[in-house]
Amino acid sequence: MTNIKKKNKNTLLEKEKKLGLILLLPTILIVLSVVIFPLLANFWISFKPVSLGDLRPPKLIVKERIKGNLSEKSQLAEIQYRYRNSSIKYDLENVIIKDTIPNGFTVKDLQPAQFCMIKLKELTCNLNNVSSRSSGKIIIKIHKNDQWQKELDNPKKTKPLVTFSSKNVLSSFDFNTENFKKVFSASEFFEVLKVSFYYTIFGTAGALLVGLLAAQILQKSFRGRSIVRGLLLFPYVSPVIAVAFAWVILFDPFSGIINSMLVQMNVINKPINFFGQKYTDIIIFGYVFKFPLALSMVIAFEIWRYFPLSFLFILARMQSFPEEVYDAAKMDGASPFQQFIYISLPFLIGIMSILFLLRFIWTFNKFDDIFLLTGGNAGTRTFTVNVYEQAFAISNLGAGAAVAVVIFIFLLTFSLLFMRYSKKETF
Amino acid sequence: MFWKYGLFFSILSGGIWGVFWQIFFTVVGILTLGTPLSLELSQIMIIGPFAGILYIKSQKFLSIKFHLTAIFIITFLIFISNLGNPYQAEDENQLIIFMLILLTSFFIWVSLNHSLYNLSPGKLSKHDIESFFIKFMWGIGLIILILITLIPFYIMIMTSLKNQQSLILNPLDLSVNLNTDFKTLFNSYIELFTNFNFHLFLINSFIVSCTTVIITLFFSIPGAYALARLRIPNKKFFSGTVILIYLIPSIVLIIPLYAIFSYIGLRNSLFGLILVYPATTIPVALYMLRGYFNALSSEIDDAALMDGLSRIQIILKIAIPLSKPAIVSVGLYVFMIAWNEFLIAFMFLDDPNIFTLSRGIMSLNSSEIPQQHLMAGAVIATIPVMIIFLYLEKFLISGLSAGGVKG
Repeated sequence: MTNIKKKNKNTLLEKEKKLGLILLLPTILIVLSVVIFPLLANFWISFKPVSLGDLRPPKLIVKERIKGNLSEKSQLAEIQYRYRNSSIKYDLENVIIKDTIPNGFTVKDLQPAQFCMIKLKELTCNLNNVSSRSSGKIIIKIHKNDQWQKELDNPKKTKPLVTFSSKNVLSSFDFNTENFKKVFSASEFFEVLKVSFYYTIFGTAGALLVGLLAAQILQKSFRGRSIVRGLLLFPYVSPVIAVAFAWVILFDPFSGIINSMLVQMNVINKPINFFGQKYTDIIIFGYVFKFPLALSMVIAFEIWRYFPLSFLFILARMQSFPEEVYDAAKMDGASPFQQFIYISLPFLIGIMSILFLLRFIWTFNKFDDIFLLTGGNAGTRTFTVNVYEQAFAISNLGAGAAVAVVIFIFLLTFSLLFMRYSKKETF
Repeated sequence: MFWKYGLFFSILSGGIWGVFWQIFFTVVGILTLGTPLSLELSQIMIIGPFAGILYIKSQKFLSIKFHLTAIFIITFLIFISNLGNPYQAEDENQLIIFMLILLTSFFIWVSLNHSLYNLSPGKLSKHDIESFFIKFMWGIGLIILILITLIPFYIMIMTSLKNQQSLILNPLDLSVNLNTDFKTLFNSYIELFTNFNFHLFLINSFIVSCTTVIITLFFSIPGAYALARLRIPNKKFFSGTVILIYLIPSIVLIIPLYAIFSYIGLRNSLFGLILVYPATTIPVALYMLRGYFNALSSEIDDAALMDGLSRIQIILKIAIPLSKPAIVSVGLYVFMIAWNEFLIAFMFLDDPNIFTLSRGIMSLNSSEIPQQHLMAGAVIATIPVMIIFLYLEKFLISGLSAGGVKG
């Protein structure tokens, strides 16, 4: 009896397992093919000297032309095949061109004879190697014969068939660590590292602090609070491209409002190129500081765009907080600052550290914002922008992939840290 | 000590509010008039504190009549102290200048009324001082927060309504002449839709975003249900992987995706985008929906199982209807991600007929195309998200809070 019961239960469990896996299968497949596979491919590419041009597969271009008059029986005419290797880098091997010569013609001559032959009206040219950028000609001299029919016999009617094999850097097994050497030895590596961490740390901390402030302000109920709460989320929900360009135009040195306003009010005497100037001198008590202007502007944008998120989370957490605790504190004579420091802050520290870690990861990975604001110029090149710069601006895909690997290693470290930490805190 | 007296705080807050609103309305004046106005702060530094003292001394007999009188007095003082010509403006603008000063006085008084309310001029306790301080900072903080949030959007809309000539002539003049006819006012928009294919971009964006939402929900709902309810081996591993994958940014994947999609000829096509977008959103959706399904009680499922429903039927007839709001939230969030996506669209699309809005706006970013076109494009891309946001704010906010750490 118990045995049967156990067996039933097991089959149910088995069924559930199977169903569960079936339900998850599409997700797993999609993620495998569009996330995991590219991720591995990225490692693969990072060990190869691949440039953007290598993506275009090498091709043999064959053009068929007819020279002379074919309609006269006695006259000789030529069929010409011009072939060209379109690649500037790769040789083509085992090149074979095939075509059919229509019945209505008699072949008189064939060039180059050592590679080509005609058997049963079938032209086969075994060209072996066609080196990169080279080209050549196959010439067949023909004349019309008695079997000729107007409708059927046009030599151009059948297209030449081309087969070849070629080496491909992407699929070959040559690996080297050139790309990584290039990425790490470049003098700009430490510059990029420094900028990435400045951007990430100040951007994340700034957004978190402004978010905390905004949450404090909106915690108090007042007329129109829900409208203001909606307004504050605008920067986050709008398309990045729209708000980034709005900032660029706002701070434009020639037609930007901020600059002309500052000039108009005599705060500055000539316009400042906020997103294009690496340093600006700031004089404090006679000391001249080099202030990284463009980087600070990019960080300011980051704070502006992402404070709503921290604000939303912190506000939600604060509203779940029992009001009585504050009442009790008030009874005990705690001042508002004391209430904030001894009650609110300890309560929020959990969510804030989680937010910090998660936002840290996302800010580190941020590409769009910096790319749209400065294009990575003026001392704002982070790792992510460097991927684009190496891969698509200098068209060295391998070096770009190597930078992406560096990002991925950082990401992995951060996320393991996050996972370990978030176990202690409930989100 | 003098700083423990209410009078001191009234002087302080009067000064700060005075300077604040003076700067604010000078900027407003410059933007509406388009002519330079000089920023005069020395007079307001005396008038502001005076208003503060006036408020705190007369707290006992505050009435509407008194408020109006006070505002009138402040306005009068600003006029007198500037020798009748504040801002050094030209004569033809006197009416607007008068309005600006009236508004300045009004807002100074309202702000004082908020931060000094019920504050006694005499000696204050520590508690009173702190609550005054918090009230004061609250007001200033709220205004600055709203201003900073909205200014870029304001610039975006106003720039898009200007024409080339007036933008170059005077970048400060953001006033919109409402007397001009519709065609000149919305010239940039008309231009974008007639000459720059923006109607196509809009349609393409909608196709891509909606398809992404449908595909994402179609795969993530059963997946999330399986993770939440069914006994699967290595469940923990699956859940952990979902979060990890959800953290991988597209910049790490873009090179191989570019290479592979170029090779198989899918790169320059909307189909390629529709293939990639769901892969980036499914993990997020799965993560969010799993949380919602976990929160549903599993007893309903058990009862339904007893009644002979299959798991698929349970998903269709119980889980989905019960978590409709959650699914709407997730759908909206995914729509927002797909609509706003920039990098992949930028790298993949070359053919102007299949541009999405993000890609289309990027193509406007050249020195040959005037700024107001770029801003009009930005407005067009922002409006649909804003409409969704305003109508379904509740859903989107819950979507953001469930999965919003991404982005």
